[in-house]
Amino acid sequence: MSVSTLLSFDELLTKKAGVVQRDPAQAPTHDLRETLFELEAKGELIVQRVPEPYFEVKTKYGRTKKIPLEHTWHHKSCGQCGHIPGYTGSIFWLHRQFGLDHVDPTDQTSCTGWNYYASGASNAVAQLAVMARNFAAAYETGYYPLIHCGTSYGHYKEAREELIHHRQMRDQVRRVLDKLGKPLVVPEEIVHYSEWVHAMRDRIAARQVVAMDHLTACVHPACHYYKIVAEDAIYDDAVFGGQRTATVTATLGALGITAADYSTWFDCCGFGFRHVLVQRDFTRSFAVQRKIDVMKNEIDPDLVVTHDTGCVTTLDKSQFSGKAHNFNVGVPVLSDAQVAALAMGAHPFRVVQLHWHSTDWRPLMAKLGIDWQARWAEFEADLDDIRSGKKAGLTWAEADQPVVS
Amino acid sequence: MATNAANWNPGKITDKYPGVPYEEKLRLFAEVKADARYEDYLYGCYECGICVSACPSARFYDYSPRVIAQTMAREDVNRMYEILVEDIWNCAQCFSCVRCPRQNSPGGLVTLIREIAVRNGIKETRDVLQGYSRVIYKVMLKGNQVSPDMLQPDFFPDWGPWVRSFQGNMNLWRQAIPVDSLRGVTDAAWKTDDQTLRELYTIWFETGNIDLIAEIDEGLYELLLDVMEEALEDWA
Ligand code: SF4
Ligand code: SF4
Repeated sequence: MSVSTLLSFDELLTKKAGVVQRDPAQAPTHDLRETLFELEAKGELIVQRVPEPYFEVKTKYGRTKKIPLEHTWHHKSCGQCGHIPGYTGSIFWLHRQFGLDHVDPTDQTSCTGWNYYASGASNAVAQLAVMARNFAAAYETGYYPLIHCGTSYGHYKEAREELIHHRQMRDQVRRVLDKLGKPLVVPEEIVHYSEWVHAMRDRIAARQVVAMDHLTACVHPACHYYKIVAEDAIYDDAVFGGQRTATVTATLGALGITAADYSTWFDCCGFGFRHVLVQRDFTRSFAVQRKIDVMKNEIDPDLVVTHDTGCVTTLDKSQFSGKAHNFNVGVPVLSDAQVAALAMGAHPFRVVQLHWHSTDWRPLMAKLGIDWQARWAEFEADLDDIRSGKKAGLTWAEADQPVVS
Repeated sequence: MATNAANWNPGKITDKYPGVPYEEKLRLFAEVKADARYEDYLYGCYECGICVSACPSARFYDYSPRVIAQTMAREDVNRMYEILVEDIWNCAQCFSCVRCPRQNSPGGLVTLIREIAVRNGIKETRDVLQGYSRVIYKVMLKGNQVSPDMLQPDFFPDWGPWVRSFQGNMNLWRQAIPVDSLRGVTDAAWKTDDQTLRELYTIWFETGNIDLIAEIDEGLYELLLDVMEEALEDWA
């Protein structure tokens, strides 16, 4: 075979991008929701229905998934709230901008899955019971769970499968819930906040005030979003030929950002659960050498966008040590919600809380034409007021207003 | 010579832990197999290595998800013990390996084996988790894995000067968050109701989760017990 008979690089990419045929009738997995409704009919559990209005999307095998647009109970993420509060803040800010009914509960624990994956210091029934307690708490309010964390989302999808398939586990969980005086409730769909952002992307784009069509981003898809119970992630034939989850990439597309492909797209970020806390040599090596350095060398993006707690933390915080080893690093890492909020004019510090990110975000602000020095001066004035006791803290009254219009 | 039961040693494995009785290893193996999820995670193994190509830990450690699946499928009791003592702690729990054409989940097997290593208070497991106790303390008592006050320069020196500047500003910055449930909270990720925490503690007791902690860190166990029992007494 001569070299001329080989496919060119572009032809190869085109070939790889062939649209995937999705036919729910041919799906290799059973639709769990059918079993859920059967269990409900037998009186084993309650299925919480997705409230209207909802948005319909297609998942991996062509099944339809309902994404609630409002009346949502926000199952927060401990890593986001604890270490990247502008991530949580941006999700709430977007809901407030659109006037969508939602609750921010204090009757919520994390899924505790991070610890379970890290240490094994728990057990399956305890994990199911934590999930079931949170779902029952949401059900009692009448609001539908919207899950902020990628790991909670993946963990709950897996836990839901276990609940459905293992009668003994169901009975054990029910006994624990009886002690708590709570019913066994399973939502009809397990929904990740980035799916909500995906569903809202055209409405967000319609209110975009900061142009982003001169930006190039690399998307890092969260492993626990699309690898655990893979069939439940959103796919769209218009995104990467339908071969990769469309979540995040489609949102960036709606905002005008070019989401560029890179060769380690499928790799994890290196978070590792236990590793990121106590064995970070692995985490920072992987994050820098397999993700950031590759993105920089192949694409040199303006930003990296992802949709999970651990991914933002790992990819952002690991870059410092990469610099010391002369790797090609230095690109800000944001969540899709933060990017969407910035696009709609959110305050970069009051809402997006960029000061919690360690990789330099200033060049990105400059490229977006956001006067970050002026915004930082405003935020510093807030801090002065808090320091002097003039105000107890920042509130939505000061943060709601878009600062770019 | 034909392969037979006596000479069959597929991985040419030498027993790295000859001091541990085979019966003890067999007991642990049986415990893994008895887990309700075992059948969902292992259907046999083609030994194709697709999982290895996707595995981040295989790139940086002497570790292979194929070996995990293969060892379990071949019921290699000695090698499983080695996995339980050593290999499992290399796994990043990313589940990239679920692209397995046999529908295995080597990462899921690791989760099970870790749980059994903890439940049995294996010495090496206690050692591995020693530095991790403060996270367990946090998750058991607060229901959150991480909190702002865990971001200390001593623990995160490789995150650069940002951590030091954060520490100096933590209290102020936490007040400057508009989300009601987050504002001002530094020892947890968000404000959680007392009743919610009592329910969480009830779960830890009712599911035997608290007893697992005794297996890996007795001091931590006593500490947790004190706080939880007091909170539950108040409730009663
Ligand atoms: S576990 Fe699956 S992917 Fe890995 S070697 Fe075995 S069959 Fe192949
Ligand atoms: S879950 Fe573990 S074994 Fe599987 S790919 Fe990730 S690191 Fe490798």
